[in-house]
Amino acid sequence: MRHIMAKSLASTDGIRDYLAVQERKSLLRFLTCGSVDDGKSTLIGRLLSDTKQIFEDQLAALERDSRKHGTTGDDVDFALLVDGLEAEREQGITIDVAYRFFATPKRKFIVADTPGHEQYTRNMATGASTADLAIVLIDARQGVLRQTRRHSIIASLLGIRHIVLAVNKIDLVGFDKAVFERIIEDFRQFSHKLGFQTIVPIPMSARYGDNVTSRSDKTKWYSGPTLIEHLETVSVDEAVVELPFRFPVQYVNRPNLDFRGFAGTIASGSVSTGDEVVVAKSGKSAHVRRIVSHGGDLSQAVAGQAITLVLDDEVEVSRGNMLVSPAARPQVADQFAANIVWFDEHALLPGRSYILRTETDQTSATVTDLKYRVNVNDFAHEAAKSLEMNEVGICNISTRAPIAFDTFAENRTTGAFILIDRITNATVGAGMILHSLRRAENIHWQSLDVGKHGRADLKNQRPAVFWFTGLSGSGKSTIANLFEKKLFATGRHTYILDGDNVRHGLNRDLGFTDADRVENIRRVAEVARLMADAGLIVIVSFISPFSAERRMAREMMANGEFVEVFVDTPFEECARRDPKGLYARALNGEIKNFTGVDSPYEAPENPEIHLKTLGKSAEEMVEALELWLNERDIAENQYDSGGGI
Amino acid sequence: MNIALTHLQRLEAESIHIFREVAAAFAKPVMLYSVGKDSSVLMHLAMKAFYPAKPPFPFLHVDTTWKFREMIAFRDQMAQKLGFDLLVHVNEDGVRDKINPFDHGSNTHTHVMKTVALRQALDKYGFDAAFGGARRDEEKSRAKERIFSFRNAQHVWDPKNQRPEMWKIFNTRIATGESIRVFPLSNWTELDIWQYILQEDIPIVPLYFAKERPVVERDGMLILRDDDRMVLRPGETVDNRLVRFRTLGCYPLTGAIESDADTLEAIVGEMLTARTSERQGRLIDRDEAGSMEKKKREGYF
Repeated sequence: MRHIMAKSLASTDGIRDYLAVQERKSLLRFLTCGSVDDGKSTLIGRLLSDTKQIFEDQLAALERDSRKHGTTGDDVDFALLVDGLEAEREQGITIDVAYRFFATPKRKFIVADTPGHEQYTRNMATGASTADLAIVLIDARQGVLRQTRRHSIIASLLGIRHIVLAVNKIDLVGFDKAVFERIIEDFRQFSHKLGFQTIVPIPMSARYGDNVTSRSDKTKWYSGPTLIEHLETVSVDEAVVELPFRFPVQYVNRPNLDFRGFAGTIASGSVSTGDEVVVAKSGKSAHVRRIVSHGGDLSQAVAGQAITLVLDDEVEVSRGNMLVSPAARPQVADQFAANIVWFDEHALLPGRSYILRTETDQTSATVTDLKYRVNVNDFAHEAAKSLEMNEVGICNISTRAPIAFDTFAENRTTGAFILIDRITNATVGAGMILHSLRRAENIHWQSLDVGKHGRADLKNQRPAVFWFTGLSGSGKSTIANLFEKKLFATGRHTYILDGDNVRHGLNRDLGFTDADRVENIRRVAEVARLMADAGLIVIVSFISPFSAERRMAREMMANGEFVEVFVDTPFEECARRDPKGLYARALNGEIKNFTGVDSPYEAPENPEIHLKTLGKSAEEMVEALELWLNERDIAENQYDSGGGI
Repeated sequence: MNIALTHLQRLEAESIHIFREVAAAFAKPVMLYSVGKDSSVLMHLAMKAFYPAKPPFPFLHVDTTWKFREMIAFRDQMAQKLGFDLLVHVNEDGVRDKINPFDHGSNTHTHVMKTVALRQALDKYGFDAAFGGARRDEEKSRAKERIFSFRNAQHVWDPKNQRPEMWKIFNTRIATGESIRVFPLSNWTELDIWQYILQEDIPIVPLYFAKERPVVERDGMLILRDDDRMVLRPGETVDNRLVRFRTLGCYPLTGAIESDADTLEAIVGEMLTARTSERQGRLIDRDEAGSMEKKKREGYF
C-alpha cells in the first residue's frame, strides 16, 4: 500500500484527503489459531509481505534470520517475522501471542498470531479475547486435530462468531478437492453446536501464497473468495451501541470540591445530557448533567468512548459500580454460573478462594460447585472434582460482595471476569457469566437482636479462633487438648474442632484429594466463624496444608480474631513418632495423598504463634499460648476500655 | 446520530482507559517521558484522561546526558507550559566513570546510562507502575508484550511466562517490590502517531522537521554533531545538509535522514513512501540479533 499511495501524495491537500480516508476505514481484529505447525505464523508473514507491510531493512533481517533459524530451505521463512522472541526462533515454535498491524485500501487489521501448543493455550485465549474473527488453520495432511477443536471451543466461548477455516498446505495434497471437502465436513460436524454465524472454508498455501491475496490457478474447483477478499468484506458488527447503556465506573475524578466526575469507558449503548441513569448496586438514580471531555463538553457519547460523567445529584458511586439505563438494568448478585477456562498449572479447586476481577470491580470468590468439565473432543460433559490447566468447565461461583453484570451472551464487556491467585497474583482463569443463581437483594441478612458483642460479654471473654496447623503427628491435638483444659480451668468458654472428629461427622463425605481438602477446611472455617459469633474461644486442630485456605479462614473472621498457630515439628520427627501408624503406611504407598509424603504442606510464613516443639514439652507450648492470649486481652483493654470487640 | 467511532477515536479511548486504570489501581505510578513523538502523544493522552484534573502522577525523564540539546530545551518548555511534575534522573555512577557512546560503545552506554539509570530511578522513588510509549509495531519482541507487563523485584521481564491478558480486564495485582510497565500506545502504529499529532496539533521537538544541520557521515549513518564532545576521526568532515530525524535518542546513536519534509503533512507523506522502518536509524537495535528483547529483559523500556 505504501508504494501505491506515493503518487497521489504530492500536495498537502493530497495528504489530508488520504488521511481522511484512512480515518473512516473500519478495523477488523482477528487471530490465527489451530494446532502446532499448521502454518499460522507463516500465513501472517505472507499477509504482511503481500500487503507490502515489510520494510527493506526488516526484509534484510528476515533473510539473515532465515539462513540462521529458517525451516524452509533457501526460501524466506515468514514465520520468523512474527516469532519475535529468541526462544521462539531457536525452537521454531510460537510461545506467546504477537500482534501485527496491516491495512489494505479497504480496511485496517490487527492480527493476533497465537501459539498452537496446548501448554500455551492461555496465550491463545489472550489473543482471542479481543478478536472478532478467528482463522482456524488446518494442515490439509492432518485434518481436524485435538487442538483444532480446543481452539474452536475457546474461540466460541470467548464470543467469536466468525470463522475462516483455512485448509493450509493444500499444495502438499496435490490441490485435492476431495481432501478439502472432507475436512470441511469434519469441522462442520463438530462445530455445529458452537454458535458460529459464518464459517468460510478456503483452500490455501500460506507458503506459496495460493488463495491468500491472489487467486490460485491450481484450485480451479474453488470459487469462493481469497482470504484477503473475505477479511476485507466480512461484517462482524455487533451493534453494541444498540444495547442498554452500561458505564462501569473506573475512576472518580475529584480535583477539587466543585468537581466530581465519574470516569470510564462506555461498555454499551449511549448516553446524552439530561438522561436518567441508575447506580446499579444501590438502585439510586440521578441525571447526567455534563459529559466532560478535554476538547469541550459533549451532548452525547456512545459505546467505546472514554468519558467523564457529572451527575446532578450527590449519589454514592465508586469504582466497581456501574451507571446504567433505568429501563434495562444489569443483574446484581453474589452467586452465578459461568464458563471457566483454566490457565494455571495449579488446578482450580472448588472451595478455594480467588480474587475475581471484572473490568473495574474486584472481590473475592469461590467456586461452590464444579458442575462439569467439557471434553474438547466430543463436548461430553464429564463429572470433575477440579479443573486442570487448559481445561474448560461450567461452575457455580459465589462472591463475597454482589457484583453488577450482564450475561456474556448479552454483553461481552460486562459479562466477563478473570480469576487471580491470592498468593502468586497470577491470572489463573477467565470466566464468561451464563446466568445468576439468585438475586442478592432477596437474601437480606437477618438482623438479630442479641449480638456477638453481647454473647461474648456474658461469658466475660473475647472470642478467638486458634487455628492449629502442622503435619500429622506434630502434636496439634495434644497441645490443643491441654490448652483447652487450661482455659476451661480459668473460666473460659471453649470448643475444640478436631480434624479426625469432624471427618467422622460433618465432613464424612469428603476424601483426601486436593479439592476435598479445600472443602474440608472451608466447612470447618464456617463452623469456627459461627462459634466465634457465639462468643466462644475456638481451637481448630487441622493439618490444613494449603496457605490459600488458611488465608480464606483468616479473612472470614473479624479483624484480630484469627490466630494462626504453627505447630512446627520436622517431618522426620513426626514420622518417627507416628502415633497412629499412618506414616509407615503412607511411606509404603498404602495411603495416597498423605501430607508431607506425596501431598505438599505449605508452612505458614507469618503465623501469630510459632511453636517449635522439638525438645519441648506440651506444657511449655501451652504457656506460650496463654501468654499470647493474656497480652492480647491486656492490649485491647488499654485501647478499648469500652469492651467492644 | 453519527455513532461509528473513527480509528483514532478508538485508539484514543483505549489509551485513556489504560491511563485511568493505572491511576485507580496503583499506589505510585509514573510516566516515563523520553521527549520523542510517542512521548508527546502519551503526554497529550494523559492530559485528556484526567481532565479537568492534572495527571495524578509525575513524569520521569532518564537523562543519559547525551540527548540532543533541542530535546532538553523542549522538555523543560513543555513541563512549564503544561505544569506537570517533572523528575529528571541521571546515573551519577556512569557520569563519574565517564561512560559515553564513543569510548564504550552503544551497548554499554545504553545499559549504564539508560537501563541501569531507569532501574535506579524506579527504586529510588518506589514507583509501582511505569507508563512507557512503546508500540507493538516497532519491533518484533515488542509485538509480543502485554499492555500491562509484569516486572519482578529485579525489574526483569520474563517473556516466556507472561500473564494472560483477557479483554480489557487487567490484572493489576503485584507484591511489594514488583512493578508493572504499562504501554497505552501498544496498538498504535507509526502512521497513527503522526496522524494524531496532525489532528490534535501536538507540539513535537523541531528535530523531526527538515532543516540544514551540521552532520558527520559515520558508519553509514548521518550523525548530527550536537556538541564538541564528538571528536572527528581522520578524514571526517562536518557538512551542512538538509536532514531530519524519524526517531530521537542519544545524538551519537541516532541517524538523521536526508529529507526536505518541513511540515507534518510532508512528514506523513514521506513516511507513507518510506522503504525502511523507523528503528533503522537506531544503532542500538543492530548490536546483535534479539538485542531489543535482551535489553527489555534487563529492564529497558
